Amino acid sequence: MFNNFFKKRDNKGYLFILPYFLAMLTFQVYPIIYTFFLSLQKPINMIKSEFVGFANYQRVLTNELFYTSIGNTFFIWLMNYIPQIIFALLLGVILTNKSIKGREALRTAYFLPNLVTASSIGVLFAVLLDWRFGTLNHALVNFGIVQEPIKWLSQGLFAQGAVSFIQWWQWFGYTMIIMMAGLNAISSELYEAAHIDGASRTQAFFRITLPLLKPTILYVMVTSLIGGLQIFDIPRVLTNGRGAPDNSLLTMVLYLYNQAFKNFNLGYAAALAYVLFILILIFSALLFKAFDEKK
Amino acid sequence: MVEGKVKPVRTILLYAFLIIMAIICIVPFYMMIINATRSNTEISQNIWLTPGDQLLINYKIIQGKVNIWKGFINSVIIAVPAVLLSAFFSTLTAYGFAKFQFKGKNLLFWFVLGTMMIPQQLGLIGFYDLCVNLRLIDSFLPLILPNIANAAMVFFIKSYIESSIPDSLIEAGLIDGASEFFIFNKIIIPLSMPSIATMSIFTFINKWNDLINPLVLLNTSTKFPMPIIVSNIRGLYEANFGAIYLGVAISVTPILIVVITFAKQLMSGLTVGAVKG
Repeated sequence: MFNNFFKKRDNKGYLFILPYFLAMLTFQVYPIIYTFFLSLQKPINMIKSEFVGFANYQRVLTNELFYTSIGNTFFIWLMNYIPQIIFALLLGVILTNKSIKGREALRTAYFLPNLVTASSIGVLFAVLLDWRFGTLNHALVNFGIVQEPIKWLSQGLFAQGAVSFIQWWQWFGYTMIIMMAGLNAISSELYEAAHIDGASRTQAFFRITLPLLKPTILYVMVTSLIGGLQIFDIPRVLTNGRGAPDNSLLTMVLYLYNQAFKNFNLGYAAALAYVLFILILIFSALLFKAFDEKK
Repeated sequence: MVEGKVKPVRTILLYAFLIIMAIICIVPFYMMIINATRSNTEISQNIWLTPGDQLLINYKIIQGKVNIWKGFINSVIIAVPAVLLSAFFSTLTAYGFAKFQFKGKNLLFWFVLGTMMIPQQLGLIGFYDLCVNLRLIDSFLPLILPNIANAAMVFFIKSYIESSIPDSLIEAGLIDGASEFFIFNKIIIPLSMPSIATMSIFTFINKWNDLINPLVLLNTSTKFPMPIIVSNIRGLYEANFGAIYLGVAISVTPILIVVITFAKQLMSGLTVGAVKG
């Protein structure tokens, strides 16, 4: 029977994609379903658990730390995202102009921080921003910009600002490259026509570039949101996992990790994972909707 | 954009801005290398812009407490098989989707794309529990095997195969009596190599950088890969900044070399999904 089925050549395609789907079901789909199953349970002792319905979800939604972690994560994302997209657009527009020299080298320089190990970057900035030993404070004091060294990492707002800065530093080059692909896809005839009609460069930017770049901006926003809401490595490394000072660097995934693997509240953490997923879904949908309406 | 004539003052300001941005991107790495060659006292007192002579001493301090090369080797042992599995099975899957017209193909492909949108943390706890039950905690296997299913790589290679390998080539092979697997090995893999290579570099970097999975799945410190070793380094050498900088430098240098060498390829690989989407 199977021999007959696979005599038709096109059906052999199933064999080519089979290993992928076996791995996907085992390592991706099953864990996701099993996480949901765990989120409905509460441990009684080391071995046994009991079914508690949506009690874990209720505990998540009534926990103050959960809201703190959402607030922190969004604040850090927004503080990095707004400057990131402005710089990416600006540099993208400049570097798509072919009369600029050294475009390749500049592009590479901006892109360089993006792929470097986030945990190493976290350690690097932790020492660069150290208040006594850090290079940044030495520079600021030497140039007379500040009198006293600043304690960057022990005040909530500064620490969040530092994480946002690191994120900005790692990601504006990446976003710029995506923007450049979008910019290059815009026909130059449109600009020539606008030029003939007497439009200024600024007008051309707001009337042609921005509207036509909308799909690219949406893509960047959604991927950045999905990635940004999962930020973990840098806050963890900067605070040795504690999320200090004052929980200001406790992000959603750091909270999830600490609940699951420090406190071993697997059920609670599983519920947290699902709430995080639903939040990401809602915000991505809102972004899509906001962009659709503007059309 | 229209290439208009730009005034000299504006040109200077423009280049100044571009260069300052480039410096911001490079300076932290530069300071990392300089400070790795300076002693703790030197770092605590001033900024240095030229290398010092403490490199070997810092290296000895590191080796005193952590076996950083063991971490390096662990990272290689995890990342290399992961990339090979990803590359082989992604090409297999991409070819299946690109060149065979079977029932339910579109639905199955949407399923693959759908997994790309799901945050990795969603399954993390279930995956951890699965590994506990299979007694795979503290083993490299759960860090390597899941790479058989790499959705982004399938997506990328599929569009490459569709656009650059003509059906006639496969048909010619079939007429000559070649087996399906022979065609895959001798025609499809070599011809898709440019796309396989680009995605392999990305996968390698992603695996090399991964922190949360090894953190969850490994217990024994001799099995820790580089990101865990480096994130622990700060706690171990609280007061020895030269050694910390050197540790970071050792972990970051291979990636910097890979990124600079393959910059063009990597940057063009980024934009595949972006323009359409």
